[in-house]
Amino acid sequence: MFKLATTQLWVHDQDEALQFYTRKLGMEVRADVTLPELGDFRWLTVGPPSQPDVAITLMAIPGPPVMDEHIADQVRDLMAKGFAGAVFLTTDDVQASFEELRGRGVEFTEPPEERPYGIDAGFRDPSGNSFRLTQVREVAPV
Amino acid sequence: MAFAPPARHLLRAKDLADARYFEPLTVDDLARVAGLSRAHFSRQFRRAFGEAPHSYLLTRRLERAAALLRSTDRSVADICVSVGLQSVGSFTTSFTRTFGLSPTAYRATFPSAATYAHVPACVLRVYGRPQHRTFREDRAAAPV
Repeated sequence: MFKLATTQLWVHDQDEALQFYTRKLGMEVRADVTLPELGDFRWLTVGPPSQPDVAITLMAIPGPPVMDEHIADQVRDLMAKGFAGAVFLTTDDVQASFEELRGRGVEFTEPPEERPYGIDAGFRDPSGNSFRLTQVREVAPV
Repeated sequence: MAFAPPARHLLRAKDLADARYFEPLTVDDLARVAGLSRAHFSRQFRRAFGEAPHSYLLTRRLERAAALLRSTDRSVADICVSVGLQSVGSFTTSFTRTFGLSPTAYRATFPSAATYAHVPACVLRVYGRPQHRTFREDRAAAPV
């Protein structure tokens, strides 16, 4: 069976995203390599310290010839509107995580609230990608 | 206030070192989080975890620095700062003492970071594709 290894988010600015994901969210840099043979393409991945085999690629929006200006503008437009991507995180203690992240300057769009599935909160990265932070309710075995 | 065993305070300090190693943290900061004087904290920490807090914080930083040397193409100075150390000279000394090789020599014993990066084939295909050129385009662009 396969495993989820790496997923991708578009970001406006890789350096800004790197600061946010490492300094504010506390993720680790998994790879940060610039490849001259690919027109200085920068492969930048981060991941949570507790999951060394899972990573998120923070991908800059390319210009032509990789992506034409029209499509790049569409991607930027979707990002600005918050429709470009989402990540769902879980935590053992959403209130503690919320306060810790807020203390580091993460701007929450929603404070922790009770839901049928647990307690969850929401925030965005600097590019507008949506994050949910959820303390999943434990369901007693039937 | 709920009772917390003393080791819980020490663990809080240890967690801080693990989570915020990239900030200019010192043993004083760790002692403050544990709510103990520096000297008392250092003794208690060593008793609980078998290692001095300064050493724990430093080795956490060196572990991350080694990972960044292997997995990124950033400069040694940049890596030094990004793990919370200010002096490249002290970083190089500590690193060399711990790993038996300087940061640059350590990096050289591994394949380049690009080898580890596993840039997927779809990216290589798209970003590595040259722009199509023909002689006719050159002629069309030239003034008649």
